[in-house]
Amino acid sequence: MGVKTVAMGVKMIAKIITGAFALTFYSGAATSSYQLNLSAPQSGIATQIYDLHTLLLWICLAIFIGVFGVMFYSVLKHRKSLGYKAANFHHSTTVEIIWTIIPFIILISMAYPATKTIISMKDTAAPDITIKATGHQWQWGYDYLKGEGEGASFYSKLSTPQEQIRNQVPKGEHYLREVDNNMVVPVGKKIRVLLTANDVIHAWSVQELGVKQDAIPGFIRDAWFKADKPGIYRGQCSELCGKEHAYMPIVVEAMEPEKYTQWVINQKKKSEATVVDVNKIFTIDELKVEGEKVYAANCAACHQANGKGLPGAFPALDGSKVANGPKNKHINIAVNGETGTAMAAFKHLSNVDIAAVVTYQRNAWSNSTGDIVQPSEINEFRK
Amino acid sequence: MAAIHHPDHGYGHEHEHHGPPSGIMRWMTTTNHKDIGTLYLWFSFMMFLTGGVMALTIRAELFQPGLQLVEPEFFNQLTTLHGLVMVFGAIMPAFVGFANWQIPMMIGAPDMAFARMNNWSFWLLPPAALLLIGSFFVPGGAAAGGWTLYPPLSTQMGMGMDMTIFAVHIMGASSIMGSINIVTTVLNMRAPGMTMMKMPLFVWTWLITAYLLIAVMPVLAGAVTMLLTDRHFGTNFFNAAGGGDPVMFQHIFWFFGHPEVYIMILPAFGIVSQIIPVFARKPLFGYSSMVYATSSIAILSFVVWAHHMFTVGMPVSAQLFFMYATMLIAVPTGVKVFNWVATMWQGSMTFEAPMLFAIGFIFLFTLGGFSGIVLAIVPVDIQLQETYYVIAHFHYVLVSGSLFALFGGTYYWLPKWTGHMYDETLAKTHFWLSMIFFNVTFFVQHFLGLAGMPRRSPDYALQFADFNMISSIGAFGFGLSQLLFLYGILKCIRGGEKATSQVWEGADTLEFTLPSPPPYHSFETPPIVK
Repeated sequence: MGVKTVAMGVKMIAKIITGAFALTFYSGAATSSYQLNLSAPQSGIATQIYDLHTLLLWICLAIFIGVFGVMFYSVLKHRKSLGYKAANFHHSTTVEIIWTIIPFIILISMAYPATKTIISMKDTAAPDITIKATGHQWQWGYDYLKGEGEGASFYSKLSTPQEQIRNQVPKGEHYLREVDNNMVVPVGKKIRVLLTANDVIHAWSVQELGVKQDAIPGFIRDAWFKADKPGIYRGQCSELCGKEHAYMPIVVEAMEPEKYTQWVINQKKKSEATVVDVNKIFTIDELKVEGEKVYAANCAACHQANGKGLPGAFPALDGSKVANGPKNKHINIAVNGETGTAMAAFKHLSNVDIAAVVTYQRNAWSNSTGDIVQPSEINEFRK
Repeated sequence: MAAIHHPDHGYGHEHEHHGPPSGIMRWMTTTNHKDIGTLYLWFSFMMFLTGGVMALTIRAELFQPGLQLVEPEFFNQLTTLHGLVMVFGAIMPAFVGFANWQIPMMIGAPDMAFARMNNWSFWLLPPAALLLIGSFFVPGGAAAGGWTLYPPLSTQMGMGMDMTIFAVHIMGASSIMGSINIVTTVLNMRAPGMTMMKMPLFVWTWLITAYLLIAVMPVLAGAVTMLLTDRHFGTNFFNAAGGGDPVMFQHIFWFFGHPEVYIMILPAFGIVSQIIPVFARKPLFGYSSMVYATSSIAILSFVVWAHHMFTVGMPVSAQLFFMYATMLIAVPTGVKVFNWVATMWQGSMTFEAPMLFAIGFIFLFTLGGFSGIVLAIVPVDIQLQETYYVIAHFHYVLVSGSLFALFGGTYYWLPKWTGHMYDETLAKTHFWLSMIFFNVTFFVQHFLGLAGMPRRSPDYALQFADFNMISSIGAFGFGLSQLLFLYGILKCIRGGEKATSQVWEGADTLEFTLPSPPPYHSFETPPIVK
């Protein structure tokens, strides 16, 4: 057994070393290695924060040189080995008062500009566009509530393929920081983001725009930004939200107002095209094909592609009582989730998607109930 | 008290005849402060290695982007348990170990006030540790919601979370009993003539720490109990759907959590304040201002908790209040650093291992203080919250702060405890390796955080790859260097040059009037302090 462990260890180390070499090749694609400071700010607030941070660093540097200049001078000169004789002073009220007051003044010089920035960060009044961002395990949902684009609504999830995460293919330039649907905003407009969450606490964060705000289930918080120039700004969920926490990025695409207007028109057309008659009857094969896609996107992270789940943490669907039991109970869990467990509600999915995924689960792997669930049944269930 | 007036009234003789039982029962039944101190220290060292293995697994996974060694769920269990084990298993018990060994000797007492409770405080810890470590092996694995255990994520966990909650309860009870013991000992058992303002600073800092512990451990117990009833008994303290508020948990947790930070650093201040004057051969500068500064830090620690939560969405007034209060802590902390430097100034310094660790502490802890100031400024914190910058910051204050002070204190008192001098070359090598690898590991994490790398992530974007690799290499170097520490201690226990009772040329506190190693009941006759 010992030999086996050692062999495994050697294999692992070899894997890491080859990986390291491979990495030096891929990382040529990375945008900026060895970045030493905050990213270049792209909004007024982010610029203020950047400058504030620079000010703090200069102040800290000055204190550093002052304090450690004295300490290291003392370390070098006041040594017994150099024959230095110890003095015997040990108290001075004047000195104590001086070095209590000086830091106090320095702190005020830091607090003043910070206070001004905080007040403007918190001023979410009079936005041009209001967008609600909802954190889900593990993707973001965006609803354009007010202003140009009102009514647009979509989900935004990681688009990096599993093969890249599993090191089977080289990683792309925006590895882990790319999504299927960007949150699109016009430049120069005040965007108010309302934040909430569906399951656990998430945090919506885009550093270049100077925003980070927790999304708390059951509560609404807000933040705002105004992008200075067109571009794509990337961030990541910044509050531990479960196992896929590293895999729910935020991508904001800021574009010129004319292009944004065009985007809004396209969004409208797209959403009209996807409206399907709820009474349309699908065949079992159509539902299974569609269902497999929905499953891969929404269920496989926990229940796994092979339906076996992760023992102890996430139950198997293959051969499970739910997937082979009464249809309605199965639909209920898919739509409403199960409280007290990690099983979230998926009521945000369309009737077609839920019908498809339930049909798929009841007829995939070793499950062979032969049941077909039509979108109309889901529509009925929701009433 | 009779023993004080009649020192030779049979008190000492009895014990010389009986002595402690031998073998394992000596350790199970011991009520001796030194034995219990030793138990605490070995326990914390074992937990330090356990938490260290978890840290190294984390760093191995983060050596390069992509998933290589562990799955995300297990990764989250590792980060959670690394935090819990290091805070509650390694750092806190280590300081209690120091308190047990040193406080009676430093105030001229024979033992701790409540000797049997002392035994019980320690023996609660191994079951708690078993619950924590054992939770990896139950269905669903260990708690994976971060050491802060934020709901609703923590209500999603399996029974590993319940085991963690019970472990926290037990360790909390142990800490409270330990603290009551320390407060009683310090207030009642000082040698005649040792007024409060003559106590060594290590005793002072522990007295203040003990009060902090008594104040906040019940708060943590309350928070995790509410979590438990939310999980199993249908309450909705932290569930918005039932009228609760998940953010309330964070307020309660950090009301405990921030004083907890000082619980882990104040005794370290104490140790450093003992070491610096001895090796500078010059009295501590500003003794009374040190006492006042420590007390101010302790009091302020109760009104700054929400600076851990600047991104939850508080009103402007709350953000401003917590920012100003947090910045205020820099004043007494600065006073301490200035006092240490003034103590070194015009001293006659030598640089044995304890002094090296103490200077390393001042230098790196101050860097951690700088990043603390940066994080106290709300707008900058908004950019850095939940990034590696925070990880870098608190490892500067907890590893190169608390842990370096513990290393320094160990080398400082080890000759007293064992009766042998340790191997100085080995100890200095341990210092320099720790110093270098610590900075390789954690300094670069500031850059990762500034560039926006989120913490608690098993995987990261490519622009973070280079610094992560450097950090992982540093972590393995730091971890392996600690084996030198273990070897040095074992070597010192087994033998070495005989230590004198004074051990260090400049040492003048009471423990250095006792032989090395000290007798079983430290001071049977109280010394007179002038």
